[in-house]
Amino acid sequence: MSTTDVELVEQGGKVQDAAPAVVSRWRNPGLWLTILGVLAIGLWPIITQNAATREVFLFILLNVVLASSLNIILGYTGYVSFGHVVFYGLGGYVGLYLMSRHGAPLWLAMIAGGLAAAVLAFLLGKAILRLRGAYFALATIGVNEAMRAFVNNFEPFGSATGLSLNFQVYNNYGGALQALWMTYYILLALALLAVMLSYVVKTSKFGLGLMAIREDEDAAEVMGVVTPGAKTWAYVLSAILPGIVGVLIFFKNGKVLPHEAFRLHFSIEFIVMVMLGGQGTVLGPVLGALGYQRLRGYLLTSDLFKNIHLSVAGALLLIIILFIPAGFVGWLRHRFAILRRFLP
Amino acid sequence: MDILRFLVDGLLIGFVYGIAAMGLTLIWGVMNVINLAHGPIIALGMFGVYLLFTNLGMHPYLTLIVVAVIGLLLGMVIYVIAIHRVINAPHLSTLLATFAVNMIIIGLGTAAFSTTPRNVDFSLGSIQLGPITILGTRVVAALVAVLVTGGLYLFLYRTRTGKYIRAVANNRTAAELMGIPSARVLALSFGIGTMLAAIAGGLVATFFPFTILAGGTYELKSFVIGVLGGLGNPLGALIGGLVLGMLEGIVPYFMQTTWVPVIEFVLFVVILLVRPSGLLGGKT
Repeated sequence: MSTTDVELVEQGGKVQDAAPAVVSRWRNPGLWLTILGVLAIGLWPIITQNAATREVFLFILLNVVLASSLNIILGYTGYVSFGHVVFYGLGGYVGLYLMSRHGAPLWLAMIAGGLAAAVLAFLLGKAILRLRGAYFALATIGVNEAMRAFVNNFEPFGSATGLSLNFQVYNNYGGALQALWMTYYILLALALLAVMLSYVVKTSKFGLGLMAIREDEDAAEVMGVVTPGAKTWAYVLSAILPGIVGVLIFFKNGKVLPHEAFRLHFSIEFIVMVMLGGQGTVLGPVLGALGYQRLRGYLLTSDLFKNIHLSVAGALLLIIILFIPAGFVGWLRHRFAILRRFLP
Repeated sequence: MDILRFLVDGLLIGFVYGIAAMGLTLIWGVMNVINLAHGPIIALGMFGVYLLFTNLGMHPYLTLIVVAVIGLLLGMVIYVIAIHRVINAPHLSTLLATFAVNMIIIGLGTAAFSTTPRNVDFSLGSIQLGPITILGTRVVAALVAVLVTGGLYLFLYRTRTGKYIRAVANNRTAAELMGIPSARVLALSFGIGTMLAAIAGGLVATFFPFTILAGGTYELKSFVIGVLGGLGNPLGALIGGLVLGMLEGIVPYFMQTTWVPVIEFVLFVVILLVRPSGLLGGKT
């Protein structure tokens, strides 16, 4: 695609003045704008102290984390991880298992969830990242479905009835109300972390290697990118944060069920967000998450579209795929060359 | 003797799985598109039979012809609107384009039919074969599946249009240079793929209850079967369907039914890793 070609050339330009790039990497106004944007979204419910808006924004922040993480493997590396929700679900299960059966504190459960997701991604990366194109996408669907079917039968994880937390757990965090706010603060921090991670990866040498793989894997290999290693680490990086937020969200819900944790549809929703905002950009997934959730909220509540909200969303998705495949940010970058400097 | 009954039941359903998967694998083979709208189209096939049977009182097997024609036309329309523009784009585009179609159909279907289970109240009695009892509807379904497969084979290998389809599948650019109208051939192939899905759905409707969301399960099974038989290989799909059907018949005999999907999907991933060209070989 022409936009990505342009991007590579421009990235190549950055490498040439490598010495100042290390310093100026942190001066990119686009990064700080994105961070400020996420902060503004995140702080709004805290300022207004409104529980209803908090729930809406919690979901947006969750999607920022998931979409930004997915973007590392999907947008930068060009591998379509269709069943990415498997990391979110597995993290949630491991975390809730530790909390409900062994009384682990939340922080420990979150670390364990992230770790479990990372280990799974590492092992999968070694195996299925050999597959290319649609075969890889199919394999990730298969992994997610296999995991869901397995957890559905796995007794330590509560089989089909899932795991639930004793309400007493929330007392350790100052009661249920306080725990909800705490969840929100942590999620905001994770969303900021996800954006930073996304930016650091994109501007690093490692990230350039990933983008070379996306453009032409064989050529990248010839140019000295150790493609199996780079792909595996990209996959691991894109799995950790989903694993951690999985714990957080299911901690907030107080229970986890197989068909909720490994819902393929959810997986596809955050692919849509990445596409909507612009794959392979740092700002894109953030805008995509915000846009998609606002749109969804509007469709679900409007009298006209309430019953067919899924169809309207599908039609919009189709229009984007057919006419603006680079997403909103990609389109802006393509259309206004000057913005390429400012929109990472 | 119980195991024999399970085996026969599984085998007969396997034929139906086979033609559902054949639709998926044909589309993949001709244009390298994984049709994520496959499930909803299977569900539409189910509803086609249901509506024509309960509202117009048509014979269920007669309705299959109507369902097949509608499936063919629907597929061609979907191709023209949603896929033709992105046929040469990266895989993600076609995956998402067909998924968008999936959302549109599911959304409209849910609004029109809600998600309460329906069933086609139709029976052909049963056949007693020694110690095993077989439902008549399942036997007919298997026969229809065999007929459809035979028809598809004759079409692909004995007609000029079929030759066009094989040529485009083999090498689209070269086919275009030979004067084959590739856009029309692709639309037709996509239509045949969805037609097979709709027929499979219609057959399933004669023996299982269903909702508009029911197609999802069969779509996932079609993926498994497609990979089993080698993506892009229609005959492999039928054999893969039989293997999967038998597996589903036998596994509950040894362990709980809920383990069936675990085995299916683990098998799926393992085959993708070890032999991406499918157990039957074929082109990669």
